[in-house]
Amino acid sequence: MAAHLKKRVYEEFTKVVQQQQEEIATKKLRLTKPSKSAALHIDLCKATSPADALQYLLQFARKPVEAESVEGVVRILLEHYYKENDPSVRLKIASLLGLLSKTAGFSPDCIMDDAINILQNEKSHQVLAQLLDTLLAIGTKLPENQAIQMRLVDVACKHLTDTSHGVRNKCLQLLGNLGSLEKSVTKDAEGLAARDVQKIIGDYFSDQDPRVRTAAIKAMLQLHERGLKLHQTIYNQACKLLSDDYEQVRSAAVQLIWVVSQLYPESIVPIPSSNEEIRLVDDAFGKICHMVSDGSWVVRVQAAKLLGSMEQVSSHFLEQTLDKKLMSDLRRKRTAHERAKELYSSGEFSSGRKWGDDAPKEEVDTGAVNLIESGACGAFVHGLEDEMYEVRIAAVEALCMLAQSSPSFAEKCLDFLVDMFNDEIEEVRLQSIHTMRKISNNITLREDQLDTVLAVLEDSSRDIREALHELLCCTNVSTKEGIHLALVELLKNLTKYPTDRDSIWKCLKFLGSRHPTLVLPLVPELLSTHPFFDTAEPDMDDPAYIAVLVLIFNAAKTCPTMPALFSDHTFRHYAYLRDSLSHLVPALRLPGRKLVSSAVSPSIISQEDPSQQFLQQSLERVYSLQHLDPQGAQELLEFTIRDLQRLGELQSELAGVADFSATYLRCQLLLIKALQEKLWNVAAPLYLKQSDLASAAAKQIMEETYKMEFMYSGVENKQVVIIHHMRLQAKALQLIVTARTTRGLDPLFGMCEKFLQEVDFFQRYFIADLPHLQDSFVDKLLDLMPRLMTSKPAEVVKILQTMLRQSAFLHLPLPEQIHKASATIIEPAGESDNPLRFTSGLVVALDVDATLEHVQDPQNTVKVQVLYPDGQAQMIHPKPADFRNPGPGRHRLITQVYLSHTAWTEACQVEVRLLLAYNSSARIPKCPWMEGGEVSPQVETSIEGTIPFSKPVKVYIMPKPARR
Amino acid sequence: AALLRVQPQPRLGAGQDVGRSCILVSIAGKNVMLDCGMHMGFNDDRRFPDFSYITQNGRLTDFLDCVIISHFHLDHCGALPYFSEMVGYDGPIYMTHPTQAICPILLEDYRKIAVDKKGEANFFTSQMIKDCMKKVVAVHLHQTVQVDDELEIKAYYAGHVLGAAMFQIKVGSESVVYTGDYNMTPDRHLGAAWIDKCRPNLLITESTYATTIRDSKRCRERDFLKKVHETVERGGKVLIPVFALGRAQELCILLETFWERMNLKVPIYFSTGLTEKANHYYKLFIPWTNQKIRKTFVQRNMFEFKHIKAFDRAFADNPGPMVVFATPGMLHAGQSLQIFRKWAGNEKNMVIMPGYCVQGTVGHKILSGQRKLEMEGRQVLEVKMQVEYMSFSAHADAKGIMQLVGQAEPESVLLVHGEAKKMEFLKQKIEQELRVSCYMPANGETVTLPTSPSIPVGISLGLLKREMAQGLLPEAKKPRLLHGTLIMKDSNFRLVSSEQALKELGLAEHQLRFTCRVHLHDTRKEQEMALRVYSHLKSVLKDHCVQHLPDGSVTVESILIQAAAPSEDPGTKVLLVSWTYQDEELGSFLTSLLKKGLPQAPS
Repeated sequence: MAAHLKKRVYEEFTKVVQQQQEEIATKKLRLTKPSKSAALHIDLCKATSPADALQYLLQFARKPVEAESVEGVVRILLEHYYKENDPSVRLKIASLLGLLSKTAGFSPDCIMDDAINILQNEKSHQVLAQLLDTLLAIGTKLPENQAIQMRLVDVACKHLTDTSHGVRNKCLQLLGNLGSLEKSVTKDAEGLAARDVQKIIGDYFSDQDPRVRTAAIKAMLQLHERGLKLHQTIYNQACKLLSDDYEQVRSAAVQLIWVVSQLYPESIVPIPSSNEEIRLVDDAFGKICHMVSDGSWVVRVQAAKLLGSMEQVSSHFLEQTLDKKLMSDLRRKRTAHERAKELYSSGEFSSGRKWGDDAPKEEVDTGAVNLIESGACGAFVHGLEDEMYEVRIAAVEALCMLAQSSPSFAEKCLDFLVDMFNDEIEEVRLQSIHTMRKISNNITLREDQLDTVLAVLEDSSRDIREALHELLCCTNVSTKEGIHLALVELLKNLTKYPTDRDSIWKCLKFLGSRHPTLVLPLVPELLSTHPFFDTAEPDMDDPAYIAVLVLIFNAAKTCPTMPALFSDHTFRHYAYLRDSLSHLVPALRLPGRKLVSSAVSPSIISQEDPSQQFLQQSLERVYSLQHLDPQGAQELLEFTIRDLQRLGELQSELAGVADFSATYLRCQLLLIKALQEKLWNVAAPLYLKQSDLASAAAKQIMEETYKMEFMYSGVENKQVVIIHHMRLQAKALQLIVTARTTRGLDPLFGMCEKFLQEVDFFQRYFIADLPHLQDSFVDKLLDLMPRLMTSKPAEVVKILQTMLRQSAFLHLPLPEQIHKASATIIEPAGESDNPLRFTSGLVVALDVDATLEHVQDPQNTVKVQVLYPDGQAQMIHPKPADFRNPGPGRHRLITQVYLSHTAWTEACQVEVRLLLAYNSSARIPKCPWMEGGEVSPQVETSIEGTIPFSKPVKVYIMPKPARR
Repeated sequence: AALLRVQPQPRLGAGQDVGRSCILVSIAGKNVMLDCGMHMGFNDDRRFPDFSYITQNGRLTDFLDCVIISHFHLDHCGALPYFSEMVGYDGPIYMTHPTQAICPILLEDYRKIAVDKKGEANFFTSQMIKDCMKKVVAVHLHQTVQVDDELEIKAYYAGHVLGAAMFQIKVGSESVVYTGDYNMTPDRHLGAAWIDKCRPNLLITESTYATTIRDSKRCRERDFLKKVHETVERGGKVLIPVFALGRAQELCILLETFWERMNLKVPIYFSTGLTEKANHYYKLFIPWTNQKIRKTFVQRNMFEFKHIKAFDRAFADNPGPMVVFATPGMLHAGQSLQIFRKWAGNEKNMVIMPGYCVQGTVGHKILSGQRKLEMEGRQVLEVKMQVEYMSFSAHADAKGIMQLVGQAEPESVLLVHGEAKKMEFLKQKIEQELRVSCYMPANGETVTLPTSPSIPVGISLGLLKREMAQGLLPEAKKPRLLHGTLIMKDSNFRLVSSEQALKELGLAEHQLRFTCRVHLHDTRKEQEMALRVYSHLKSVLKDHCVQHLPDGSVTVESILIQAAAPSEDPGTKVLLVSWTYQDEELGSFLTSLLKKGLPQAPS
């Protein structure tokens, strides 16, 4: 029975196979033989209905087309186009033509005539629009060819009168992108009359369709972007568009006005209904300010943003933006800001507001009050009070930019910025704090303002508090009470949020060093010293006390009289803190002490240059490696590496370079060592065990090269070549070792093939750099490439082995700026003895707070790894929003890691560390065809490998079994 | 021209007076009543509008097409049950969903005070409120509601209080916008009023703060928070007397978010009752609130207060700091007064009055600085606690009103709900700066506006496209000449091409031809003559199609020219020129050209 069954199965199986073979055979014939264009032709001829044809075209569009066959494909498409009756198919063909003409390496001038031809006979508006788009693609591909551009512009002008808005849109777009830049050139081109592109586009500012109006303005902006100088006459046209019914028109018009105002800031324009004249930039500023109270928030955002970049505006116009004349029952009233200022200047303490405190004063002349000023009045007041936070943020940003360029404006806008600290949206608060920090050079805070600023220190959001600390670092405070107030509030903050410790200390450091004279009178009070009595010695571990000391010591640095006020224990504490928190406590000249530290500091400065020299010398020494015997080479490398490492430790600014070159030398050292192994001289089977060292070396070199490539910022292409070269050598080594240690040829075949592929890859991507690699491993390898391709694995291995030994050491050119990526995990601190308890199977959130330095694109590369005691490892991808960027080259990761595990009996430690994920194929440029197509490239997100780059932190956790 | 009549209701209308609204609008034959408010100050008949004035005799339902209520404040909706149930109105009443939800609560509360406490007779009953609410049709924002075939209304967001709306009333091409009360600056729980460029014939706007330009809201908020925070930190108690709806919610949100931000633990209480019910509705109508609440409500509904708890009478004696919101807002009675009495003696405590207080109330007294208050039973209460005043008003100020007028671009503006003197100022400003005519009728006064209604005419697409194609450049604002036939049929107008008009009307086309004879002195033969005419015309009319037909005649487009020789005089030749009516221009040009004679041929 079984045999019978088997037979039947076998029979059926054979049948199936036969059929499949036939099918495959026919398919293969079709797939390989004809070119792409032919296949397309067949497909299109087969199509019975327009829907079919459309399907074929869609399928066709998914695959890229090589530059050589583009022209053929285009011909086929055009041929079909003439025959096709269905507009949707024609539309698709038109769009394909556009895509095809973008193909790199293909010159589209040959298809332009056809495209223009079919344009003339086309009836469908949609297809027309698409064809114009195609022409635009062609035109942008051939920016040098003036004649073609002229022709296209002509075509566009012809179709401008089309009834469909889509066609007119595209025509305007075409004009904007291709309209001739230089008048002189257009006049030279005979036959075609020089067209005034601006005039033509300008005519369409009054088109009946808002979409066309928008397109016209956009085209004008495009002209500007391409370097064509817009005429000033456009200004008046654009101003009219500000009262358009449609928001996209208004939004674009605001942009245009801004552009013109930047082009002709000093021109004079008349004020309507009066004889006066003002500068154009002022007029434009007023108009844009007016748009800040537009009905559409999109326009408001646009207007508020642009205000920030109008720096040439006159100061009295600028200051008007913050002015809003208040009145109540027709009597002039002072703003709360004015009242606060007055209270302050009169020396009174804020008594709180009484009813009628804001009672209006003088009568207002009814005729003089202007309710909707044409000018800039109160634009920012409105913008900052806007309903949408997008507008408010834009207004704050604009305020920031204007204040940076005008100190007097900075002083004026301070009150408003301080007000924004109480916004309901955190982003706005944060933004205004950052803004304040940026303009802090221009301002000095009044006490009442400082008071409001400091009130925000109690905010529960860590970002806000830290931003505020940063702000306080660079604020100027006017009085000693101010300093005292700041200190008191910061200490309050410290008790409420102890995690802010470091940030607060840092803040006080700067506060002290900025205001030594203001701190001086406060010292006795702060240290609670008494002229006659000794007071109790404060607790040295109290963060608050340390905070006070940090303030005082930093102030004392530039204030030599201060140490006289210190009591004995203060000096002791100074010595302690100087050692334990040396980054916060500066070196002081204390009476009766040796100035050890201050004596050292100048010498460090003078050493800088020699250390650079030293680095150069040690690296140059290595060039001679070639001529040394292996033993000598090893020794030379070893002590150079040692020198470099030491140098890196001593000189933080050279650490990146030193580390980078040391790593490279270490790779070389490993390679040399591996090649020195005895195993090479003996028959393979005997040295199975000893080859460990060589294969480990190969592995390590690979790792190190990945580190070199991805862990350093500022690595340039010439370094990448060398690194890849080193990696190739490591791979060759690996291949040789495997060949020696494994029996049988099968795995070797695969490895050889793979290796040769790698070589090929290397050659293709670094083709430009190959001349620099004279005499190197690759250089020799490529010479022998044809031979290698045909040889057997064993032979290949032999060749590789000799080449590895003969290849020259490549000198690594140093990049200008190089920094090693590093990360420090601040939280969890890993010191806690109390395990984090949670029910097993459920999830516990662990807060992770880390600073990252010199990491490029941390959102994609930085991962968190959790290692459980059972060896299980888990990789967590933090959200992009978890990364903050507090300064250039610095990032901060604040995220939550979710842990979960089955029950343990004892509390155990898990390790948390940060990884740098890399993917070497991400550097490969993408094919342009794919971008336009429907294919979504998901390649970037894949991870090839990871490098740990922070010290692991141990967290004590205890998953308990669930109680039943 | 059609007329638009607006009439604030006598005695209790919204004319030059604050705090009562009832306006009658007649637009293109439709009568709409805007708001139906009452006056808090009177306890007799004067409290409600005099509805008999509307239709001297006859039913209100027959006269009014609809009633629109802008928001739930009693001065805008208080007379509604009286109007619909006691006077008798069965037509539709339009209001927004939140107004529909909250309005009956307030009416019921008002009824209770009037009937149960003051013992008034002849007042509407609970059942009447319910019956009245059954006649309500709720509308959504920006939803166009067809009241009947011609009348349509549309609601716009107005800020002010939850569910407050501005209404556009439209009949044909005529429209009126009624703003109700509105707020142009956003606050902690509501957004700002917004309207599109609807270009109504008339904008009826409130003008409570016609002569005020207000300071930034932020300063006031910051001050308020700082005061509360400082007092609480000192260990003092803060009393905030409020009215149940509107500002109370704003202040709650303000304090709640501040507590959240600053991580404060001090308890906040809210006196229960009406407020709790109202808060419930605030929770439901999130789309009507401001951006922040709408955006964050997925994580947490801002009206589900974490720090604000219900107040109990006993809590007032608890030691330690606390913040209490208590009703009513002017400290004249109820819980707020009770708490005030308990806390007034301690200088650590504070009372914050968030709004205006009527003369005679305790609130007014303490605000004007009185430190010793005489209470009932000759007790003297010494006020040691701090007294603060914070104005949180939700009406648009003069700038806001101007801004809204600018946004809507009306033909004329009508000011209501404000004091005459202040309105005068604003009226002048509107006329000066916006160049829009402005009215401010007194109560009972009728304003009549002539409108120039536009008459829509349908045009066939083919004709439109054909005519459009003739002009080369687009000129949106300029009128353009168009050839067509206007057909008026069943009160609608259509513009069609003449061919189609003929077809539709079943008429035969008549051709009108002009003929003209031109006498020329020429002795040559007709054929030769025709040839000369042909070559002459060909050289003059370069862009026209000139043909020489085999039968000897010449055509220019459709104009026919024939040469004939009259028998009597061989020296003269006659040119017959004939053209159709359509080619009149070219035809007359040709004749005048030919009359000048042909150029002498080179012989």
